[in-house]
Amino acid sequence: MTGLDDVRRRAEADARSRGYFLNPNPEYLRDLLEGLLENEERYDYPSCPCRMASGVFDLDRDIVCPCDYRDPDVEEFGSCYCCLYMDAETHESGRTRPIPERRPVEKQLAAYGVEGEEQPAKEGVPEVEVPSVERRLMYCRVCGYTVFRDEPPYVCPICRAKREMFSEISPSLIFRTK
Amino acid sequence: MTTKRVEGERRNHKVFVYALSTCGWCKKTKQFLRDNGVEYEYMDVDTGKMDEKRAAIERLRAKGAPLAFPVVIVDDNKIISGFKQDAIKEALGL
Repeated sequence: MTGLDDVRRRAEADARSRGYFLNPNPEYLRDLLEGLLENEERYDYPSCPCRMASGVFDLDRDIVCPCDYRDPDVEEFGSCYCCLYMDAETHESGRTRPIPERRPVEKQLAAYGVEGEEQPAKEGVPEVEVPSVERRLMYCRVCGYTVFRDEPPYVCPICRAKREMFSEISPSLIFRTK
Repeated sequence: MTTKRVEGERRNHKVFVYALSTCGWCKKTKQFLRDNGVEYEYMDVDTGKMDEKRAAIERLRAKGAPLAFPVVIVDDNKIISGFKQDAIKEALGL
């Protein structure tokens, strides 16, 4: 079972691998890590503690920590939405601030079935028919990383190429090998 | 999911906070209100069932509030999105 120390180690390792830092305020950091742990226990995946997850993985995929929006937010504002991850400058200055939500409203509305059909509910995790997500096969033209999801990531998680470097793989494509 | 009330000596405004139980900014917001002795009600939306979450989202949408937490609503009409101390102070006359 995952414990708070595991969550902390995972976040530290992830921050290191990207050249980021974790929030320097020990209490605030602990709150966020506890939130991540809580969500992992609730949903089986560590969704963002500062966003409301639906409990349906396919609809929450973009907000599983580290979320799709972390890298562009750190680049633009110096920290991620939660202020869990930050760049060196923000870490040193300790000046953190709430930053605007980058996650599209449509994604949130889809996740809660707002403007959609009525769905039955169950404690915590919804027992619902998963609204279909149109998935496509895409690959990073820089490093070849391949994803099967509704849209390309903001940044390639392997080589950090921007999302414009992703191309769709057409199912009609024929791959030849020698 | 229940609405909880936090007692305080400042009761001249009606303050309601839509929050998440896991969210750091939401905790800071609640703490700030407590530290200033503001009486407020709050709802940890993430602890609710799916239909309750959806109802909360629809209420926020109806008020024109952004779907980001925390949302502080003062006197049913002033909406403060995120932990913005200055905006909260101004709205509550702190």
